Amino acid sequence: MSLTAASPARAARRTVAWRRPLRTALRYVLLSLILIFALFPFIWTLAIALTDKTAGTSIYAFPQSLIPARVTLHNFADVFRTFALGKALWNSVVITTLTVAGTLLISALAAYPLARFRFPGRELIFGAILATLVLPSETTFIVNTLTLKHLGLLGTHWGVVVPTVAGAFGIFLMRQAFVSVPAALLEAARLDGAGELTILTRIMLPLTKPSLTALGIFTMVTTWNAYFWPMLVLSGAPDKAPMAVAVLKLKGQFNYDPFNIAAGAIIMMLPVLLVFLAAQRLFLRGMEGAVK
Amino acid sequence: MRVPWRTTLLSYTFLAPALVLLGVFTFYPLLYGAYLGFTEYNGARFGQGLPPRWVGTANFEKLFADPLFLTSLQNSVKYLLVVPALQLAALAVAVLVNKQLPGMAIFRAGFYVPVVTSISLAAVMWEWVFNREGTLNWLLRNLGLTTPEAQFGWLNSEVWAFWAVMLVTFWRGFGYYMVLYLAGLQNIPEELEEAAVLDGASAWQRFWKITVPLMRPTILLCTLLSTIAALRVLEEVLVLTNGGPLNSTYTALMYVFSKAFQGFDFDYGLASAAGLVVAAVALALSYLNFKLFNRPEEEEA
Repeated sequence: MSLTAASPARAARRTVAWRRPLRTALRYVLLSLILIFALFPFIWTLAIALTDKTAGTSIYAFPQSLIPARVTLHNFADVFRTFALGKALWNSVVITTLTVAGTLLISALAAYPLARFRFPGRELIFGAILATLVLPSETTFIVNTLTLKHLGLLGTHWGVVVPTVAGAFGIFLMRQAFVSVPAALLEAARLDGAGELTILTRIMLPLTKPSLTALGIFTMVTTWNAYFWPMLVLSGAPDKAPMAVAVLKLKGQFNYDPFNIAAGAIIMMLPVLLVFLAAQRLFLRGMEGAVK
Repeated sequence: MRVPWRTTLLSYTFLAPALVLLGVFTFYPLLYGAYLGFTEYNGARFGQGLPPRWVGTANFEKLFADPLFLTSLQNSVKYLLVVPALQLAALAVAVLVNKQLPGMAIFRAGFYVPVVTSISLAAVMWEWVFNREGTLNWLLRNLGLTTPEAQFGWLNSEVWAFWAVMLVTFWRGFGYYMVLYLAGLQNIPEELEEAAVLDGASAWQRFWKITVPLMRPTILLCTLLSTIAALRVLEEVLVLTNGGPLNSTYTALMYVFSKAFQGFDFDYGLASAAGLVVAAVALALSYLNFKLFNRPEEEEA
C-alpha cells in the first residue's frame, strides 16, 4: 500500500516541478484575456473621449482609435455645453445623496430595536422584512407609479427616492452590526441616564461605522447607476433626470456625437469608479460576507 | 417574560418609518398588483377616474392567446442559457484568481468593474462594439472568420441580437459571481487540497472531488440568483434593443413593462397578469434549483 501510494505522489511532485512555470504563465495569459474582455469597453470609451474630433478620425478606425493621435479635453467641456450635462449631474447628486441619507437613517432606526429589544411582534416583523428579498416583485413597479401619482410625487426626485430607502438589505446589515456591540456598554450608558436615541447615535452608530460606510457605498453605487426606476418615475420630467437616464437620451438625439457621449460616459463613470477603487476591499469582502 | 410597554412603544416608534415605507411600496404593491392581474384596468381610463373592474381569468386567457407574450416567455426561458455559461465561467475564473500570485488583486478588481457599471453606460459602450463597423466585426475579420462583405450590426440582426444582449448580461455578471465563488473557495481547508496532491490526485480530480462538492452551497446560491436574474432580465433588453428586431429579444418582463407603459392603452390589468405568470415561473424555477442542487449528502456517490 505504502509503495503504491508513494510513487504516484512522487511522480506528481516531479511533474509539478517542470510544469509549474508553464502553468503560471498560462494562468496569467488567460486572466489577461479575460481582463481585456472586462475592461475593453472602458478603455475604448476613454480613448474616444480623449480624441480630438477635429482631427477627423472615426471612432471605428480600428485599432487607431484606441490610441488618440491628438489628445484633448475639449469633448468634456463640449458635452457640458451642448447637452446640459451639468443639470443631469446635479440631479444624480441630489437623488443619490437623498437616497444614501434616507437608507442609512431608516435602516439604523429600524435595526436598533430588532437587534437589541424583545417586544411582541419582533420575529414576525423581521421575518416579513427578510421575506421581501425573495417575494416576486414583477408587478410592484406598476402599482408604485400609481401610488406616486396619487401622492403627487410622480416626476419628482422624492418620487425616485422614497420608495427605495426602506430595504431588507440595509436593515439586515445594520441589525447584524448592532447585535455584535457588547451589551455591557449599553447597560453602562443606561445607568448614566442616557436615552435610547442617545445610545443609538452616541454609541451604536460610532461603533458600527464600517457597516454604515459599507451600506452607504453600496447604496451610492446602485443609486448612481440606477436606470429603470428613475427613467419610469421621471419620464414626464426629463429636466429632472439623472445622468444614467440622460446619457441614454443623448445617444438617441439627432445630433448624436460619439465623442461627446464618450466624454459624458466617462464623467458619469468616474465617481463610481473612484469610490470602487478606494473601497475595493470593503466591496469584495462585503460580497464574500454574503455567502458566509 | 413581561415586556415593559415603554420598550414596545419605543421599538415601534423606531420601526415606524421602515414599516410604513415597506408597507406602502413593497407589500401593498405586491398584493394590489396580484389583484390587478384579475381586473380590467387601464391608464387612459384611470385618468377618467374609472376603478379597476374584476374580470376573473380573462387577462390570462388573453395572454396565452397573444403570440407576442408566448414569444416573450419563450425568449425568457431561452435566456436561461446564460446561467450555466455564467456560473461555469465565474467558477473557473475564481479558481484562476484564487492563488497567491503577484497581481491577482488587480485581476479581481478588474473583473468586478463591469458589475459596478450602469446599464446606461454598458449600452453606450457595447453598441459601439456591436456596430456594423464596431470592434466585434473587426476582431472576427482579423481572425479570418468573416469577410468585409459579411459585416452587420449585431443588435439589428434578428438572429444575433438575442445573443448580443445576453453577452452584455454575461459581461456585467461574471465578476459578481466570481467574488461569491472566491469566498467559497477560500473556505476550503488547504490541508484537504494538500492531502489530495500527496495522494496523487490531478488538478482536474481535485476540482471535481473536492472543490465542487464543498462548494455546493455556493453553487446553489449563485445558480439560484442568476436563474431569477435571467428570467427577470429587462434593462439590457430595454436599452440595447427595446425588444427588437422583430421581437427577437422581447422578454417576459419587457412585455410587462411595454403593456403597462409603452403602448397607448396603459393596460395595467394585462401587464399585472403577465407579471404574475413570470413570478410563478420564477418560483417554480427556484424550487427546481433547490431540488437539483441541494441533494442530501447520502445520495452522493
